[in-house]
Amino acid sequence: MDRFEWSDGKLKEGETVIKQQGGVKISDGPEKTNFENGLAQLTHSRLIWRSPQNQQSIVCLHLSLVLFVEEMSDGRGKSPKLVLHLQSPRANQPKGPVYSSQHTHIRLGFKEGGANDFNRCLSEVLARKVWEFAPVSRPANQPRKIHAGIVGIERNLEKQRKETDQNISKAFQDLDKLIGKAKEMVELSKKISTKIKDKQGEISEDETVKFKSYLLSLGINDPVTHETHGKGLKYHEELAKQLVAVLQEPIEENGGMMALTDVFCRVNRARGIELLSPDDLLDACKQFSRLRLPLRLRIFSSGVAVLESISKGEDEKVFEAATLLEEF
Amino acid sequence: MSKQLDAFRANLEEFAANHRNDIKKNPEFRRHFQEMCATIGVDPLASGKGFWSEMLGVGDFYYEIGVQIIEVCLATQHRNGGLMSLEELLQKVRTTRGRSRQAQDVSLDDVMRAIKKLKCLGNGFVLHRLNDGRFMVQSVPAELNMDHTSVLNTAQGTGHVSIKALQDKLGWQKERSMLVMDRLVQEGLVWVDDQDREGRLYWFPGLFPDT
Repeated sequence: MDRFEWSDGKLKEGETVIKQQGGVKISDGPEKTNFENGLAQLTHSRLIWRSPQNQQSIVCLHLSLVLFVEEMSDGRGKSPKLVLHLQSPRANQPKGPVYSSQHTHIRLGFKEGGANDFNRCLSEVLARKVWEFAPVSRPANQPRKIHAGIVGIERNLEKQRKETDQNISKAFQDLDKLIGKAKEMVELSKKISTKIKDKQGEISEDETVKFKSYLLSLGINDPVTHETHGKGLKYHEELAKQLVAVLQEPIEENGGMMALTDVFCRVNRARGIELLSPDDLLDACKQFSRLRLPLRLRIFSSGVAVLESISKGEDEKVFEAATLLEEF
Repeated sequence: MSKQLDAFRANLEEFAANHRNDIKKNPEFRRHFQEMCATIGVDPLASGKGFWSEMLGVGDFYYEIGVQIIEVCLATQHRNGGLMSLEELLQKVRTTRGRSRQAQDVSLDDVMRAIKKLKCLGNGFVLHRLNDGRFMVQSVPAELNMDHTSVLNTAQGTGHVSIKALQDKLGWQKERSMLVMDRLVQEGLVWVDDQDREGRLYWFPGLFPDT
């Protein structure tokens, strides 16, 4: 904590806040400090912490002093902490809240959450910063760059790691954008779903089916349109027919009954790619009776679900046994 | 709505072109992706025919894990009665997947999400959380009530309990302990060991370390 310095909190020219998070507390190594529940701001060069009560109480840490960051889980479902491992303080370290500390790391606690996002931004900034600042300790008469040998290999690995980090940061950014667009789709589908519910009867069945297929594509589960009686999706109907074609014989050989988990494994192992989700399987099986197929889905009171052959199932076996007994 | 859907589909295709591999290779990114989808109310694993599955391949990834989980549970059910620790399950799934590094990059989060999806197949896939934060996977539809879970928690350090241990640690009467243990024996979840000097021990194979 002795690497922190007092600050007036003003941003330098060209400095912008990339990420901020409230409810952040700073620990000096494992020890608590008075710096609790503040606003943590991340810029390209510094981590600034502002006190919630006292406007003047602002400390900051130069990111060049951060060696690396790791997440520390607090167990018990609490939000994880970020551990910032620090270099030793410089000789010309400006005055800070702590004169000297025996700890080489500080911890940030996130009472209001946001640790993951903050870590992501922090790691991104740290990766980039090393590019901007040349290491101060390089001597003026540095010999030519070593490409061979262990140093060369290490340098390459380091370069790859940084590139991967940058790629991953871009991936996270792209993902955020994509999720933003997906959210718009979810909102839109909710509006349409409400319309369908209200205008019951004015929306044609075909349009409802079309809407259902949109929901399926997006992975939105909408109870309003997800009734299983009434016309199901073409996809599930086709799937139901395919399943019967593939499964009827094995099920009959297996005594007329097969557990749904067993069915799931067999079908997906046979397919190899473009596997079925458990929901796909279930939705297809629910179509069996409506399509008058020779298999049916049966759920026991214990919760076990099986596929049963209509001609060779339990009821039929019981009937056969009873008939045999009568003939005796 | 179909116009917006097409636009979204194009966005997703672009994302997939750039990051499809990241999802496959990076468990942290995968988990973040799942969490983000959950916050907006989207289930990328709902159907193999969904956009997410088709373009990002997330479906095949998780459904294959699902198949492997079921197979591992079936293979070990005779030994542990359908109850095993999540770590053991993860280890065995990784072994099933093979030795390539890519096959090994299955995380605990991946397995837990796959199990969540398997629930609807009705074979009683349940996750139990023990006091020390570990998880047990139940793959048969036995009714585990609070008493059974207490016994599990008592056994978690050593893998076994005795009637006396239950009386001491949980303060139970002898009749209650016997009733609970008899039920667990019936379900095949514990093995009886009469070779200990101190009396009958009940072992949970599901809690055996590193088998």
